[in-house]
Amino acid sequence: MMNIVFAIIAAVTIAAAVAAMSLRNLVHCALALTVAFAGLAAAYLQLGAEFVGFTQLLVYVGAVAILVVFAILLTRGSEPQQSLVSSGWLAGGLVTIAVLGVLVYAIAKSSVVHRAAPAQPDVTVLQIGEALMNKFVLPLEVVGLLLTAALIGAVIIAMKEEGRK
Amino acid sequence: MPDDLDQIFVTLNHLIRDLFPEPWQKVVSAVISIAGIIGVFASLFAVTTVFERKGLGRIQNRYGPNRVGPCGFLQPAADGIKALIKEDLVPRAADKVIHFLAPLMVVIPAFLVYAVLPIGRNMVLTDFDAGVLFFFAIGAATELSVFMAGWSSRNKYSLLGAMRAIAQMISYEIPLILSTVTVIMIVGSLSTTKIVDAQAGFHSIGLPNWFVFTPWGFAGFVLFMIAATAETNRSPFDLPEGESEIIAGYYIEYSGFKFALFFLGEYMGLFAISGLGITLFLGGWHAPLAILEFVPSWMWFFAKLLVLIFGFIWIRGTLPRLRMDQLMNFAWKFMLPMALINIISAAVWHFMLPERAPWERWLVGIALLVGPYLLLGRGLMEGKKLEKRTYRFAE
Amino acid sequence: MNPLAGYLILSAFLFAIGLAGALMRRNAIIVLIGIELMLNAANLNFIAFWRFSDHPETLTGIMFVIFSIGVAAAEAAVGLALIIAIYRHYKTANVDDVNSLKG
Repeated sequence: MMNIVFAIIAAVTIAAAVAAMSLRNLVHCALALTVAFAGLAAAYLQLGAEFVGFTQLLVYVGAVAILVVFAILLTRGSEPQQSLVSSGWLAGGLVTIAVLGVLVYAIAKSSVVHRAAPAQPDVTVLQIGEALMNKFVLPLEVVGLLLTAALIGAVIIAMKEEGRK
Repeated sequence: MPDDLDQIFVTLNHLIRDLFPEPWQKVVSAVISIAGIIGVFASLFAVTTVFERKGLGRIQNRYGPNRVGPCGFLQPAADGIKALIKEDLVPRAADKVIHFLAPLMVVIPAFLVYAVLPIGRNMVLTDFDAGVLFFFAIGAATELSVFMAGWSSRNKYSLLGAMRAIAQMISYEIPLILSTVTVIMIVGSLSTTKIVDAQAGFHSIGLPNWFVFTPWGFAGFVLFMIAATAETNRSPFDLPEGESEIIAGYYIEYSGFKFALFFLGEYMGLFAISGLGITLFLGGWHAPLAILEFVPSWMWFFAKLLVLIFGFIWIRGTLPRLRMDQLMNFAWKFMLPMALINIISAAVWHFMLPERAPWERWLVGIALLVGPYLLLGRGLMEGKKLEKRTYRFAE
Repeated sequence: MNPLAGYLILSAFLFAIGLAGALMRRNAIIVLIGIELMLNAANLNFIAFWRFSDHPETLTGIMFVIFSIGVAAAEAAVGLALIIAIYRHYKTANVDDVNSLKG
């Protein structure tokens, strides 16, 4: 039963990712990316990480996908493109196949994949909150600072420059 | 006897479920609950359309629809038949796949969020540990479907309406979530059933323990309702779909059943977010007075829901529409600071224990909220020169 | 082969697809989408290893992924702002045309 659900999630996610990378129309690529994010959120829920799954939906589908779509519209990406691939596509393709080969070989040869599966861990949001405030409070504050800097920086970079006629 | 009436839907569910063999029972129980939720809220949608049109009509000093059925109450049937038999026009240049999927993507999240609302005692479909986060995560999926609807129609005005709608929705999402953070902070859990359980019981003077009867709860409730009005694109925040401005905004090119689906999705979102407001601030399914506890819990939920819906209709008929820049200023310069100050006020309230400082905590709580409200309000209105209106007549 | 292998292979494929898009497409925004896919594949790896580990109560996998999602969102915002600024100057969003520093 779990295997069928995992197979469906994996098929949908990989199909959406391939569509996101190979479609000609940029807005279709962005929407296929959203489906891939939703598939990944379903995978997190199946692994028992509820909080991370909902956070993935809230942040990626609710914010990053909209950012990408706005950027496509602001850079005239919705008009048809001339050619699909960049100039270095052959080298890029070879590197990708090499990386995929190395990763699959490493997974197949390792010993972790032959262990028995432990019981489903039961994580509450309370435990995550306590960990964030006790053990991981420094990364939390640093991420807050990083997000503030990114917010101000993105606004300044994308702002229209005045008086430069 | 009152307990039987209270749990009547749970008993019905168990009765039907026990007719099936053992491995199927969980699935059957879930299917019955889902069918119940869809049936009840879809008929509430039909009733609300009539109430809205008649209510708006009476506020504007005219009758609403009064031809179909007694006093016009069969109007939803007429509307439904019209929507089903109208021709489904798709513009020639439209992006067919996305044009077809957009109404579905609006309706599906709107129905999905009902899974975490506790409608009565023991009557919640799924009790997630992170229920409120589930609600907001699924609600965020609606924004992308608004874009899909606006962009796929290949219409300048439709795209403009969609961009304005998305900007409005993401701006008001932050005060919405921040005002719920105060409740989560005080209760200590994201689960909707635990939030409702934390509002049980009554004070010494007979007032229930609901969060709306505390200073931070009242401010939070007001902020939540304003942000909810903006999130569901209702007047006075309905510039993206303003009927007198941009005709229908992002769903100009939709006709017939797809338009009805957009309408359905908008109202379902309204009910869902009102339901969440009731769960967080108005005590969920608890009764307001101790002597009224014999009334079933689900009746209280629906009574509160009807009061909130009536409030939405009233505000729609009364206030004029906000302009886009007024809308954005309001969200970022007024509601966001007030929501942050509300969090501080809730924290101060929590730490001033009622045994040691019963009336000081009220004083401090109210002062912490009213002070910044007056300062922000006066400060933001400084630059606008509001004079007495003068009329120039043709003489 | 336990379920962990399934998740790791899924994550490897997603990483490879993201890498292919980032290296082979012309438009700068698709390159950024590829980078986001690679980050997501790594996140899936972390959660899969957390689930199948011996001490899941230390919550290390979940913590890392929460911070990774936050950092990825910040990086996507800044990256897209950069692309918009470059578009305003060069009037194009192709990675091959932004080559005025080439020798």
